[in-house]
Amino acid sequence: KENADPQRTAFLLRKQWTLYSVTPLYKFSNAHLRDYARLLSAFIAAEKQKGLAVEVGVELDIKVAVSSLPDLRGSDQDQAAILVQLSLRSPASPKTSEEKLIWSGWFCCVSGDDLSENVPEDFTCLPLFLANGAESYTSIVGSWFQKTFDCCFRRLAISPLNLSWMAAMWTGCKVDKTASAMELIFSVPCLPQPLDISYAIHPEDAKALWDTVQKTPGEITQEEVDVFMDCLYSHFHRHFKIHLSATKLVKVSTAIASAHCDGVIKFLQSQYLTGVLMLLTELAISQIQ
Amino acid sequence: HLATSLPLPSERDHLRPRIDLIAFMIDIKSKYSLKNVEASLAHVDASFFLGKVCFLVTGVGRVNCCSVEMDAIWKLGEVYCSPMLFCELELEGVRAATAQRLLRMLQICAGHVPGVSALSFGSLMRNSADY
Repeated sequence: KENADPQRTAFLLRKQWTLYSVTPLYKFSNAHLRDYARLLSAFIAAEKQKGLAVEVGVELDIKVAVSSLPDLRGSDQDQAAILVQLSLRSPASPKTSEEKLIWSGWFCCVSGDDLSENVPEDFTCLPLFLANGAESYTSIVGSWFQKTFDCCFRRLAISPLNLSWMAAMWTGCKVDKTASAMELIFSVPCLPQPLDISYAIHPEDAKALWDTVQKTPGEITQEEVDVFMDCLYSHFHRHFKIHLSATKLVKVSTAIASAHCDGVIKFLQSQYLTGVLMLLTELAISQIQ
Repeated sequence: HLATSLPLPSERDHLRPRIDLIAFMIDIKSKYSLKNVEASLAHVDASFFLGKVCFLVTGVGRVNCCSVEMDAIWKLGEVYCSPMLFCELELEGVRAATAQRLLRMLQICAGHVPGVSALSFGSLMRNSADY
C-alpha cells in the first residue's frame, strides 16, 4: 500500500469533514472532469437565479474546479479520488484572479473491493464523500451529482461500537512528535439536562495499555477492543463511580484523527490518512448495502 | 415484578409468588446492560433454562447507536438455550406486540395453556430467529 504524497494531501488535514455514503455513480468518467466543472458551475448559477442564493447582496462569481487525486486510493482497483472545489472570485478585482476557497468536497474509495467487485459496468464506485464548507453548497453540489449520475447521498453516522474500534486502532499507531492526549466524549442518556462527560487519557498511558492487550501486531480483534475499553471504563468507575458503559460514546480524538458519531472527521496525520480512509470506506459501504 | 439485577433481595423470599418466566432486558445502546445481564444470569437456577428464560433485546431500531456487538448477543442466546425477542421500545406498535408475545409466553410457562409446555414452546421459539 503506497502512502499518498504528504505534500499533495496536506490541504486535507486539520479540516472538519462531514461524511456521506454515496451509491455508485452511473456513467461517470474521469476524462470529463472539466465538462463536469462547467455543468456544475452553470447549475449553481441557475440555482442562484431561482432565488436559492446562499448569500445575500453582492453578485457572486463562483468558480468550480473538479480534479482527480490519484494518490488517494488503496490499490489500483480503487477509483482515484475526485475533488470538487468552489472558490469565490473577488468582484472588486477580477483581474488579480484572487480566489477564496469557500467549499471543498471529495469522493474517494480506499480498498472498496467489496463494493466494486459486485457492481455492473458503467458504474463508478466512490462510496465515501467528505465535505467542508457551508451546508447549503453541499446540498447544491449533492443535488447536481444525484441528478447527473443517478446516485444517492446519505449522511454517514458512526456507531459507538465503531468509534471504540477507532479509539483502539489509533492508539496503537506510532506517532513521531509528542502526541496529544486521547480524548473520549460520552453523552449521558435519559437526563432532563443533556450531560457530556469528557475523559482525557495521556497518550503514552493509552498506548501502554493497548500494547498489553493487543496480541498480534497488525491485527485487531473485537475482544481486544472490548478489553481495552473495559479497562478504561473500570479505571473511570474506580475514581468517579460512574459506569461509562451505560452511556453513549459520541466522540474519539487521538493524535491520528478525531471522529464524531454524527459523521464528522478530522485528519491530523498524513501518514495515516489512507488507513483512516480505508476504515471510513468500509463504513460507507456497509451503509449502502 | 421488575428488578434491576439479580439476585433478588432475600428478605422478601417468603412473600414472593412462584416465578414462571424471567425476561432479561438488554439495551444494545448500553454495554453496561449486557454486563449486568451476564452477571445476573449466574444467579438463576438451572431449571429455569428449560423454557422459562427469554432475552428481550431493545434499541434495535437505531443501528447507529449500537454499543454492543450483535455476535455477543447471539452467543448469549446460544449458551443459555433461550429465545431472543427483538423490540424497539420507542415504537408503540412494536411495544404492544412484544408485550402481547411476552404475555402469551408467560401463560404457557405458568401452565395455563393445555397441551403446550414451557420446554416445547421454548425450543420452538429458539429455532426461528425473530426480528
